[in-house]
Amino acid sequence: MLVEATVGKVRLLCRAILAASLSTFVFASAAVALHAQADCLTCHGDASMTDAAGYSIAVDGTKFGASVHGSLQCSNCHADIKGYPHPDKVATVECATCHSDQADQLKGSVHADSKDHPCTSCHGNAHEIFPKTDARSAVYPLNVPKTCGQCHSTDGMAGKHGLASVYPNYIDSIHGFALSKEGLLVAANCQSCHGSHGILSHTNPKSPTYKANIPKTCGNCHAKIDADYEQGVHGKAIAKGNLSAPVCTDCHTAHAILQPTEAAFRMQSTPICGNCHKDKFSTYRDTFHSQLGSLGGYVETARCWDCHQAHDVRPASDPGSPINHANLVTTCGRCHSGANLSFVQYQPHANARDRKLNPGLYFVRLFMNLLLGSVLTFFLLHTILWLIRSRYSQVKNKGANGGKNA
Amino acid sequence: MPELEQAPATAADATKNANGNYFVRFTREQRYMHATLFTTFLGLAATGLPMRFSESFWARKFATGVGGFGAILFLHKLCAVVLTIAFLIHLKDVVQRGIVNREKGIFWGPTSMIPNWKDVKDLFGHTRWFLGLGPKPQFERYAYWEKFDYWAVFWGMVVIGFSGYAMWFAPFFAHFLPGWALNAVLVIHSEEALLAVLFIFSIHFVNTHLRPDSFPMDMVIFTGVESEEEFKHKRTKEYERMVAQGKQRSRLGIAPPLWLINFSKVVGYAALFVGLTLLVLTLTAYFS
Repeated sequence: MLVEATVGKVRLLCRAILAASLSTFVFASAAVALHAQADCLTCHGDASMTDAAGYSIAVDGTKFGASVHGSLQCSNCHADIKGYPHPDKVATVECATCHSDQADQLKGSVHADSKDHPCTSCHGNAHEIFPKTDARSAVYPLNVPKTCGQCHSTDGMAGKHGLASVYPNYIDSIHGFALSKEGLLVAANCQSCHGSHGILSHTNPKSPTYKANIPKTCGNCHAKIDADYEQGVHGKAIAKGNLSAPVCTDCHTAHAILQPTEAAFRMQSTPICGNCHKDKFSTYRDTFHSQLGSLGGYVETARCWDCHQAHDVRPASDPGSPINHANLVTTCGRCHSGANLSFVQYQPHANARDRKLNPGLYFVRLFMNLLLGSVLTFFLLHTILWLIRSRYSQVKNKGANGGKNA
Repeated sequence: MPELEQAPATAADATKNANGNYFVRFTREQRYMHATLFTTFLGLAATGLPMRFSESFWARKFATGVGGFGAILFLHKLCAVVLTIAFLIHLKDVVQRGIVNREKGIFWGPTSMIPNWKDVKDLFGHTRWFLGLGPKPQFERYAYWEKFDYWAVFWGMVVIGFSGYAMWFAPFFAHFLPGWALNAVLVIHSEEALLAVLFIFSIHFVNTHLRPDSFPMDMVIFTGVESEEEFKHKRTKEYERMVAQGKQRSRLGIAPPLWLINFSKVVGYAALFVGLTLLVLTLTAYFS
């Protein structure tokens, strides 16, 4: 056994020396480091090598050589190992020794108290770290959602901390599809909005996901929409510090973002505005627009922003608003071809219960209700009395079975 | 299974022999008009109610079932156009018979649909009878509640039809309607339609079909004929007038064939079923 193992190690050593000599020939400066790696790989190159607790302590020399740290000596990171044999227990590698900026950012972030190694949780196997521009990297844009999703998904670590499972929402969103289906490197991934090392809670005013910062965060890509939004009443309110005004995520949600022109979003959209604009939502629901709109399968009927604009929302008094009186023929005409000045007097938020605001409508409704109530009450009484009387006379004249023509 | 095979033949013989004479109450055209009316009405109600109560659980399910709102609106408009044509044909018929041909009994007299003094007396007399305070009135061809049914449908078609077309062709109607009227037409359309649905599916059903005299269904609107006994009992005044004028022969009809009775039963019960289902759905949506 001992002989076999020794032969094996010698064979590995020879192979490493051969590789090192070849590399020396090509890459003279890396020779020392490779030589040192090869020393360690004599043992750790065995893929089945584990420590006393059963954890793998094997290193794939080829992958490590190709990784971003491939030119380093093992002892650059494993600084407490001076020679062979080394102690059973070795110190945890401190990435901060070199990556101090990132380590500082991490310390102030939501991930600061991570019990796992904070770097490898995201960057993956310490011996196989690639630059973020390399498709093999765990933090390559196309791989980021999966990396974060290890914790931020249904059964992930985040769930145990009471955080929402956002990965499934993201991956089915318009951003997720752009990334996973089209491979769009510019599509927003987790770190586009949350940052990477210095991720802050959305309750922290410095966080890019803090409510007041969201328009700018989304505006990093959606610049035109952001510019429109800043012009509108909601954008101005947020700029003034009124945080009850909606930002991008209030309507589009943060992770499950849907294509706003498609049926799914149009079907669920009006109650979002209705959360704040309760009276307008209530009167909208009385109209044909809403009745048609809520049935499904027909999404063309006007939703809030079809008339009010989605981002550049302005009051009706603003000449630039699509609901300014001067613009109504154009606005209504987008759906109702042939809309004229009389047609646009239609009130999309008329309230038939408000006598002062909509007297005509109020009295029409009152008349119709009285008509409905009186006709039904009269005939209901008439029918009930008739039923009782004719059954009575039927039984009386023809016995308990009644009879065809009592 | 001899009983099942024999049963229809026996029943047919019974209808032929029993009671002897059958008298015509509705012409073929009137029966077809009623058939068109109730099929399109059921269609309009079935597609209109999901729009009126679009937030109720059954509305969305039904809409999804028939292909979404687009399909519902298409069917609604289709039924509306067919009903409009039927209404126009009826109007033309009334004008033709009453004004052009100067046929008697269209606008006044015992066979007219126009209410008269007897109807007022019948209403009070009938109510007294309900309360056991007087004898049962004797009715002519159309009793007062039938005239109400007719005029309710007539008025309903004008009101619901006009408001419906005003919504369908809103930009056109806006040329001569004020702006607020475009808001009002939806209120008018849906309230009047709700009245029609509640009235037809409860009061008309009971008054005409489900009351003990006709239970479970008055087949005369499907077959067109009524047995002499039933005719005499239900339309005593008309029967007496016919006998007095000696016009029995011209009113005689043939006993309805078995297939027509069975067909009418299937259609009639289906209509009752659909109507009562819609009534229950409407009431649940209205009171929830």
